[in-house]
Amino acid sequence: MDTTKSASLDHPTTVIEPPRGWISLQLNEFWDYRYLLYFFIWRDIKVRYKQTILGGSWAIIQPLFTMVIFSLFFGKLANVPSDGLPYPIFSFAGLVPWTYFANSLTQASNSLVSGANMIKKIYFPRLILPTASVLSGLLDFFLSFLVLLGMMFFYGILPTINIIWLPFFILLTIITSLGVGLWFSTLNVQFRDVRYMVPFLIQAWLFSTPIAYPSSLIPEPWRILYGLNPMAGVVEGFRWALLGTDTPPGPMLIVSSFMAVIVFISGLYYFKRMEKTFADVV
Amino acid sequence: MSNLAIRVETLSKQYQIGGSQKTYNRLSDQIADFVVSPFRRAGKILQGQFSGAAELDVTIWALKDVSLEVNHGETVGIIGPNGAGKTTLLKILSRITAPTEGRVEIYGRIGSLLEVGTGFHPELTGRENILLNGTILGMKKREIDRKFDEIVDFAEIEKFIDTPVKHYSSGMYVRLAFSVAAHLEPEILIVDEVLAVGDIAFQKKCLGKMDAVAQEGRTVLFVSHNMGLVQSLCQRGIYLNDGVLVCDDTIKSTVAAYLKTLENSSLSQHLSDRKDRQGLGHTKIIQIEIDNCENCSTSPIMTGQLIKFVFHVSRILPLMSLTFSIYDHLGQPVVEFNSRNRGPQDLIKSTNELTFICEIDRLLLLPGRYRVDAWLAGDNNFQDGIRNALTFDVVESQINGRPVAVQKQFRVFFPHRWLSPN
Repeated sequence: MDTTKSASLDHPTTVIEPPRGWISLQLNEFWDYRYLLYFFIWRDIKVRYKQTILGGSWAIIQPLFTMVIFSLFFGKLANVPSDGLPYPIFSFAGLVPWTYFANSLTQASNSLVSGANMIKKIYFPRLILPTASVLSGLLDFFLSFLVLLGMMFFYGILPTINIIWLPFFILLTIITSLGVGLWFSTLNVQFRDVRYMVPFLIQAWLFSTPIAYPSSLIPEPWRILYGLNPMAGVVEGFRWALLGTDTPPGPMLIVSSFMAVIVFISGLYYFKRMEKTFADVV
Repeated sequence: MSNLAIRVETLSKQYQIGGSQKTYNRLSDQIADFVVSPFRRAGKILQGQFSGAAELDVTIWALKDVSLEVNHGETVGIIGPNGAGKTTLLKILSRITAPTEGRVEIYGRIGSLLEVGTGFHPELTGRENILLNGTILGMKKREIDRKFDEIVDFAEIEKFIDTPVKHYSSGMYVRLAFSVAAHLEPEILIVDEVLAVGDIAFQKKCLGKMDAVAQEGRTVLFVSHNMGLVQSLCQRGIYLNDGVLVCDDTIKSTVAAYLKTLENSSLSQHLSDRKDRQGLGHTKIIQIEIDNCENCSTSPIMTGQLIKFVFHVSRILPLMSLTFSIYDHLGQPVVEFNSRNRGPQDLIKSTNELTFICEIDRLLLLPGRYRVDAWLAGDNNFQDGIRNALTFDVVESQINGRPVAVQKQFRVFFPHRWLSPN
């Protein structure tokens, strides 16, 4: 009998055993499958605006129109303060990371359920699905970011040196989206309620984040508590880094970053713990 | 020294049915159940019906203590009735689902094909889907690039390679999907009945490909209900029933053992009592009779006879149709009849008669033992399907004075006459 050379392996390539207790995150395996992650991101981007008239410009239209509405109702009618900046750019600087967060969260929450067919038929690290959903939204993010730069130019606002912190805030947005996305995608596998809950939650979350109004409206002792919402830190950080608002990333940002990391790591472990049951339940 | 490809040790997999998964899995249901179940449990204890916690959660063992070893280069066919645990075994081996107990060791790269076209996206072109699907199946980019032309050639879709697959015909779609899968080159290949795709010419091509894989000395695990196919592709057979390994032997003996139990079960059990059915079940096949002589109850079935297959069904639904296929004692398909395939001689009976009758002018089967699978459709849905619904024997006889006898390989006989030179 002719055998392949690998037949002489003395150690098993793979060992399959029942899951016990807290399993490791197996991040090295995730790395081995990075091509698949890359392909899922590529697929998401290619497919997202297929068969739409406006195509990729939807990435800009969403935050832009929200900004117009906010400027009309909050800026003009309600006279909401905007930290001394023109209201449109004030709200748009918040809406850019927010739109990315909201879309990523929605996509990531549904990623496992919409990939159910694959989960039931093929093995790959399941973590790739929500991760791809979150990362593929970055293209939209950068498109709307360009519009933000254009608006800054229009209003004659020059970015300060603080802009070097911007990558950190982008990273914080990604971590928050992925962290919450991991929790919801896992819960969604078992409880389809999540699908109905997420749009509502995003709406409520929008108003508990300083997008239409500045966090300076909130009195000082409460502001740290307010920072428990990781997106509060992100949005204020964005404005500080780009527009040079004088709210420096104080204790609120530290609380926000801390929360983001907690949500992300706990989401990661929860996801990994439930992962083995996905194929049976979804 | 070891030539081992797969070692499975006392593998078990438990599924919960009923209990917590019976409900539609809404959080509210779960909460309601969580609140109510202690009271229900208390009530049961008071009524003296309580027989332990197991009663509340109904679980089944899809696999129970299965142990086996497969060496490199072996081709193994896994057979058994529906729900025997075949697919569960493959799913555990390909790491899609985790076992409840036991251990599996795999030596070498494993590739599994539980369905073709997984991850295909309708909006992407053929070219893009090849890349994506190949990656999902575990191929490296370089590997896909190298085999790209071969894949396109095999699928016969050169002209449409840059068309989104949503515009493909279903045949083209399946051909492309299979073609990507067929070019997967793992050391251990796991296949679950994906061969029944495409037209006959393409099926033949797929079989050739599978055969080539087996010939190359790679390890293949193959699940199928097609006894003919497993016998032609595999050397070794594993027969699972109710999650338990019943037989592990050469493919010939395993198939023989399986068919034997099939026959026994169909002889001992009344058709209407059979539970191993598929389909919606709004109407069912409750009895099948063979009527081969007027005015007499039983007589042996002979080649060349007028014979009627009478199927009694439980209910009449709109747009009903019945299909049945006849297999020989080796499990090779011989012939299929489909009532939807209409001809001018067909008769529609009054609607309150609960039978389908298939009249065959001359039975062309050679002597031997045959079994019948039957499928019932109605109301635009698949309603009932029973494998091995009936077993019958055709006995040796004569047609026009010419003896008709058992033949080793062949199954049909045509009435004929010879004109010879001497």
